[in-house]
Amino acid sequence: MATTSAPPLTKKDFQSDQEVRWCPGCGDYAILSAVQAVFPELGIPRERLVIVSGIGCSSRFPYYMNTYGFHTIHGRAPAVATGLKTSRPDLDVWVVTGDGDALSIGGNHLIHTIRRNVGLKILLFNNRIYGLTKGQYSPTSEMGKKTKSTPYGSVDYPFNPLSVALGAGATFVARSVDVFQAHLKATLKRAAEHQGTAFVEIYQNCNIFNDGAFDGMVEKATREETTLYLEHGKPLVYGAAKDKGIRLDPRTLELEVVPIVGGVLPDDLVVWDETRSDPAIAFMLAQLEPPAFPTPIGVYRSVSRPTYEQRVIGQIQAQQDKKGTGTLEGLLYSGEVWRVETDGSIVRQGTGSLE
Amino acid sequence: MMLPVIADAENQEARPPATAQEPLHEVVIRFAGDSGDGMQVTGGQFTSTSALVGNDLSTLPDFPAEIRAPAGTLPGVSAFQVRIADYDIHTPGDAPDVLVAMNPAALKANLRDLKPNGVVIVNTDEFVPRNFKKVGIEKNPLEDGTLDGFRVFKADIATLTKRALEDSGLDARSQERCKNFFALGMCYWLFSRPMEPTVEWLEKRFAAKPELAAANVKVMKAGYNFCDITGLFQVRYEVLPAKLEPGTYRNMNGNLALALGLVTASRKSGLPLFFGSYPITPASDILHHLAPLKSYGVTTFQAEDEIAAVCSAIGASFGGALGVTATSGPGLALKQEAISLAVMVELPLVVCDIQRAGPSTGMPTKTEQADLLQAMFGRHGESPVPIVAPASPADCFDAALEACAVATRHMVPVILLSDGYLANGAEPWKLPALSDLPDLAVEFRTDPQGFTPYLRDERTLARPWAIPGTPGLEHRIGGIEKQEGTGNVNYEPQNHERMVQLRAEKVARVALDLPPLEVDGDPEGELLVVGWGSTRGAIIGGVNAARRAGIRVSRAHFRWLNPLPSNTGDVLSRFDKVLLPEMNLGQLALLLRARFLKDVISYTKVQGRPFFRQQVFDKIVEVLGGSNGHH
Repeated sequence: MATTSAPPLTKKDFQSDQEVRWCPGCGDYAILSAVQAVFPELGIPRERLVIVSGIGCSSRFPYYMNTYGFHTIHGRAPAVATGLKTSRPDLDVWVVTGDGDALSIGGNHLIHTIRRNVGLKILLFNNRIYGLTKGQYSPTSEMGKKTKSTPYGSVDYPFNPLSVALGAGATFVARSVDVFQAHLKATLKRAAEHQGTAFVEIYQNCNIFNDGAFDGMVEKATREETTLYLEHGKPLVYGAAKDKGIRLDPRTLELEVVPIVGGVLPDDLVVWDETRSDPAIAFMLAQLEPPAFPTPIGVYRSVSRPTYEQRVIGQIQAQQDKKGTGTLEGLLYSGEVWRVETDGSIVRQGTGSLE
Repeated sequence: MMLPVIADAENQEARPPATAQEPLHEVVIRFAGDSGDGMQVTGGQFTSTSALVGNDLSTLPDFPAEIRAPAGTLPGVSAFQVRIADYDIHTPGDAPDVLVAMNPAALKANLRDLKPNGVVIVNTDEFVPRNFKKVGIEKNPLEDGTLDGFRVFKADIATLTKRALEDSGLDARSQERCKNFFALGMCYWLFSRPMEPTVEWLEKRFAAKPELAAANVKVMKAGYNFCDITGLFQVRYEVLPAKLEPGTYRNMNGNLALALGLVTASRKSGLPLFFGSYPITPASDILHHLAPLKSYGVTTFQAEDEIAAVCSAIGASFGGALGVTATSGPGLALKQEAISLAVMVELPLVVCDIQRAGPSTGMPTKTEQADLLQAMFGRHGESPVPIVAPASPADCFDAALEACAVATRHMVPVILLSDGYLANGAEPWKLPALSDLPDLAVEFRTDPQGFTPYLRDERTLARPWAIPGTPGLEHRIGGIEKQEGTGNVNYEPQNHERMVQLRAEKVARVALDLPPLEVDGDPEGELLVVGWGSTRGAIIGGVNAARRAGIRVSRAHFRWLNPLPSNTGDVLSRFDKVLLPEMNLGQLALLLRARFLKDVISYTKVQGRPFFRQQVFDKIVEVLGGSNGHH
């Protein structure tokens, strides 16, 4: 198909003519802005970009993007997107979902899409609350969360989205934050480059039903003390003064914070390697949370593995190379076939197999 | 009053004069044994060979849901009924003439269906006290008078099989597993069938294990020769070829026909087939048939669940593929929300429901037609979809083509209602001439000039199919109500009502391209028998029998259940009485009554198996007051 010609696309080219209807102050605006800023830089013609979403506040996303878009049903965006990407691998397909959409009603599709390594970018906006249904606790709400549906506090343990993705065998896993625009854009670009399922959890503030859920880490005053930036090839160090590091205690096999004195890095700090084939350390990092630990953000895992659609097309290609593309005659006039002649006599015509 | 028993032939005119020495016009044979005994294979081979001999035929496999229930028990009985004839037939037969019973359980479960004076062939080796206990009988039914009134032929099939394989080097278990071919060989002798087709089949099937092929061939021939030498049967029967129209034929079951129809639709439309499915009885074979057809560009996706299966098909359809999913009743229930999405976003989608006995798990391997109302009304909101129901196994091919044509031309999800009987039953299929296959070419929208996603075709009201990748047509669709024309999110009251009506009208206009309801027989009169889907064969049989008994009765069969053919009301109004047999509690009857205020006489059967011709005939007589047609 012909591609759109120069001039190069700008952020404005990705803004649709529809009025954005999220609550003023919602973190979704920042994410929308970051995506609209990143898309022109991908070098992908606009008509090849597709955004598929489920149901929830975040899932209104496609309406505000001037690309192809499909606002589907609750929890099912990964399934719809799997059908689209498998049959149209030429498209760049992004799934936008939320914590309820992806991890509650759509949990099954999420894990199976990740396990297959379908070439989708999955952006999970995690605000730890149900917004569109007006404030019930979600599968990522912290234990004890008081909401309209849990007036005495929720009594179930939350999901950690990154752990779910890692457990399902994700080949790319990252976390970013709505208000960390530069980090978010860089993370989105990394996701865009990945072949296979790229899973990105984005902390997103719901200022109506769960305001300040991530205040501890996003507030400028404390940000550097509570956030650990994962950088490939670099030791895990954080703090405004770069005075804390993360090491693996060889005895307990647990991560622990160690002080960095005088700028001298202990030589047993974990040096971050996002390409490790064993996801164990990534999984351990995903468990870290304040107050004892910082919240790690960035790329947790990035490994290369053939995608689902590549394997599907590979099989089709291999069969076509072997057998040709098939004819209707070969399809229908196969198996046990016989002819009834005009004189009523019967002639067997062979037992060709359907394949 | 004595009701006449219908004659064997459904259509006397088509019945040739008996000339051969010991000819039969038709015979119904039921092979019954343990589910591990290979009865489906045995029946299938007898069927294939009979097709090649030129008989018309119809089959009814009947197997348990359990893969291997305890051996020798009633739940473990698996049966395969085949009717072969020298004339045009439409059903697998009401009652068997011949029962092959491989064990006491098979005998007990099937004897009640056998015709009086019918033939029973039993494997005496299994008739031992240990097996009687398993089925709750005290005495040997071969000796206690149970079989009085039948013609019984005994053979120690297992022993004879082992003897035939003495020198084969096979272990005892492998020898034992060949015994169904002994029974098949006996039947081949009794009904004068050639063994070559099965020999060829075995050699191909066991190409990698030639010793197994040789063993089965040897056992089959032993069974054949056993009859020849012992003179077990005093007579030998022959069913001559039927006068089938000249042409090329292939034995076809419903699920294979459906799969072939989908691939053909893909080729004729130029759309790659994307088939998303989750395994469920009795639909799984469609997935099995399509999965090897990758060279045809077919993508099969075994999804994580029923919902993902339909959603993936919708996603593929959004991208310009022919999106299809197949399931059975429980799966259709799970897919309904997604089908409503397809209604809302107006994308093509074909949903094949191979109905089975419900509710819930019900009887998964048994047939029923009880998903009609689910297909019509099982969704939320006003969510109409076209519904088509094939009438015979081979007809599933045409129904699949039609479903794909309507889905792509009208931009709607279409539900195809097959059932377990059609799915597994088989009949000779006269293969269509390739030049007769319809052109299903589809045009995607490519012109950005004046494009909005909900523009409508004046005649069909279909919206344009504008697929991602097309420059200048970037647009968003979704489940939220659309503004007419632009497709933008819209909550205005008048717009919603307008869109609800447009979606309904769009489905109604599918009728523009449908043939009228055809009446077989007088165009007006006292009684019209109507049906839909897989009951056609039994209804034809019952109606023809009634006509032979001098009863004037007309017949019509619905192929499209939604929309109904535009002359439906007119046809119904021209008859005093309308009788509607269906395998549910009166679902189409409810629709016809509501829609046309016609007091349809509902005749229902929900036993997990098809109507018998006799039942339809008896009901016709009853409806006409037992008057037996002297009008």
